[in-house]
Amino acid sequence: MEDVTIRSLSPKNEMNREIIVLGIESTAHTFGVGIASSQGKILANVNSIYVPRSDGLHPREMAEHHSKVAVRVLKEALETAEIKLEDVDGIAIALGPGMGPCLRIGATLARFLSLKFSKPLIPVNHAVAHVEIARLTTGFNDPLVVYVAGGNTMIIAYVEGRYRVFGETLDIPLGNCLDVFAREAGLGLPGTPKVEEIALRGEKYIRMPYVVKGQDLSFSGLLTYAIRLLKEGSYRLEDICYSLVETSYSMLVEVAERGLSHLNKREIALTGGVARSKILTDKLEKMALLHGALFKPVNPEYAGDNGAMIAYTGALAFAHGVRITIEESVIKPLWRLDEVDIPWRK
Amino acid sequence: MNIGAEAALIRGKWLEEEVIFKLRYPKLYRNTILDLHLRKTRTSHEAKLLSEAKFNGVPVPSVLFINPEAGLLILEYVKGPKLRDIIDHIKLSECLEIFIKIGKNVGILHLNGIIHGDLTTSNMLLTEKNEVFFIDFGLGEFSNEVEKQGVDIHLMLRALESTHPSHARRLFEAFIKGYSSVRGEEWKEKILNKVREIRMRGRYISERRESHKQSKGFNNLS
Repeated sequence: MEDVTIRSLSPKNEMNREIIVLGIESTAHTFGVGIASSQGKILANVNSIYVPRSDGLHPREMAEHHSKVAVRVLKEALETAEIKLEDVDGIAIALGPGMGPCLRIGATLARFLSLKFSKPLIPVNHAVAHVEIARLTTGFNDPLVVYVAGGNTMIIAYVEGRYRVFGETLDIPLGNCLDVFAREAGLGLPGTPKVEEIALRGEKYIRMPYVVKGQDLSFSGLLTYAIRLLKEGSYRLEDICYSLVETSYSMLVEVAERGLSHLNKREIALTGGVARSKILTDKLEKMALLHGALFKPVNPEYAGDNGAMIAYTGALAFAHGVRITIEESVIKPLWRLDEVDIPWRK
Repeated sequence: MNIGAEAALIRGKWLEEEVIFKLRYPKLYRNTILDLHLRKTRTSHEAKLLSEAKFNGVPVPSVLFINPEAGLLILEYVKGPKLRDIIDHIKLSECLEIFIKIGKNVGILHLNGIIHGDLTTSNMLLTEKNEVFFIDFGLGEFSNEVEKQGVDIHLMLRALESTHPSHARRLFEAFIKGYSSVRGEEWKEKILNKVREIRMRGRYISERRESHKQSKGFNNLS
C-alpha cells in the first residue's frame, strides 16, 4: 500500500508557505530596507543612519537624507537577498510612530513600489516591530519586553490580543536623557555610548533625582540635575556620568522588575537602540536571576531601528491577512502600539 | 515566603502575633549607596503612611516593628488573596462592589493628605469579610496636591487597562462612584479633569483626537 500525500488546494494552504516581504523603515534617523520571511529568515538588512549636526535632530534634514539614500539602500537590499521586486509577496511600511517628514519618505517609496509592482501594502507599527524582532532573535515566546531607544522608553507585554504598555517614561526617553547630557557635556554623538564609556571610569555615586511613579518613569528632573552638576563643576565628569547611568538604568530595571512580577512573565527581552548597552544588559540579567526569569537582549544588529524588523513583522502580519490600500496608508506619527491588533499571536 | 519585586515577604510569628516580615532586600544590580538610601527611606515612609492611613480608618496592615537601616518592617498578617489574582474569577457585579469600596478608601486617603503611589490590583487584598486592604505604600507620600492625587488615580486606571483591559472601564466607573461618595461631586470633577489632563500629556494623543470627534472613551465618564 502506497502512502499518498494529498495536497490541498485551498487558499489556506497558500498562506502556509513561506511569505517573503520587503520592509521599509524611515521613522526617524534611520532609513532601512529589509527582506524577511514569515518563518523568520532575514534575507537582507540594509540601513543608512543620518548623523545629525551636534545641535540636535532636524526632521527635515533627516528626510532629505532618507530621500537621497533610498534607492541605493533598496537596490543593495535586493542584491543581498538575490531577489527581484517581482518576487516578493508584499511591501511592508513602518507608518509610525515617528517624525512626519521622515515617515513620508518611506511611505511614498512603499506606495510607489506597491503600485508599480502590484504588490499588497502592509502597515507595520515601528514599536511592534521592535518587539517582534526581539521575540525572533531571543527565541522567547511570551517575554516582557523592555524597549529603550532615543525616542522611546517603555515596558511592553502581550495581554489579551495586543501589546500593552505596562510602564513608560512620563517625559523624555532614557536614550534621549543620556544623548542630551552628552551634548551638553560636549561628548559628541552618539551620546549614550560615550556617556557609558566615561561612566565606567567613575567611582563616586552622587545622589540624583530617582523618580519612579508606580509603573512609570520620569527622567527630565534627573537630566536637569545632572546638567546643573556639570555646569557647577564641583564633581568629576566621570562621577556624574556614572551616577547618571546608575540612577537612570536602575529606575528602568526597577520598573521592568515590577512588570515581571506583576505580569508573571518568565522571560524578559531588551530591544531598541540602547539594547547594545553592556551596563544595562548586565543589570537586567542580574535582576532576572533574582526572580528566576530568563533574560536576553536582542541581537545587536537588530537593536537600533532597521528595515529587517519591518520586513519580518510585515511578513507575520501579511501571513495573517493584514494589508491596506494605498488610500489607507496614511502616516501615523503618534501611532501607539496598543492600538494594533496582533492576529499572529492569538 | 514570597520574593516580590520590591521586598521579600515572610510569614511568621512574632511575640505571639501572626505577622509578615517585610524585608527590602539589597538589589545586586544597583549601586550600594543608592540601594541603601532607597531601602531605608522607603521602609520608614511606608511605616508612617500605614500608620496614618490606619488612624483614618482605611483598612491597612498594622505596623508592629521597624528597622529602616535593615529595610525591615514587621506588619500584621492580613489573610486574603491579591485582587489581581481573583478579579478574573469573580462575578462582574461583585467586582463592581469591590471597586466602589476601593474608591471610598482612596477618597479617605486623599482627603487626609495620603497618596498611595502604586494603586495596582497586586497591592489590594480581599479578606473573608469582603474588606479590601491596601498594602505596599512604599511609593506613597504625604501630599494634598491635586496633581499627585490625579497621578495616583491615573496610575490605577492605567494598571487596570494594562492588566484587566476588558473590564477596565466599568471598574473605573465604580471606583469613581465610591471616590465621589467620600469627596463630593466638586472634587470628583476636579480629579477626573486632572486625570484627563495627565492622560493628554503627550502619551495619549489618540484620545485627544477621539475627544475632538466626540466618540466614546474615558473622557466621557460621568
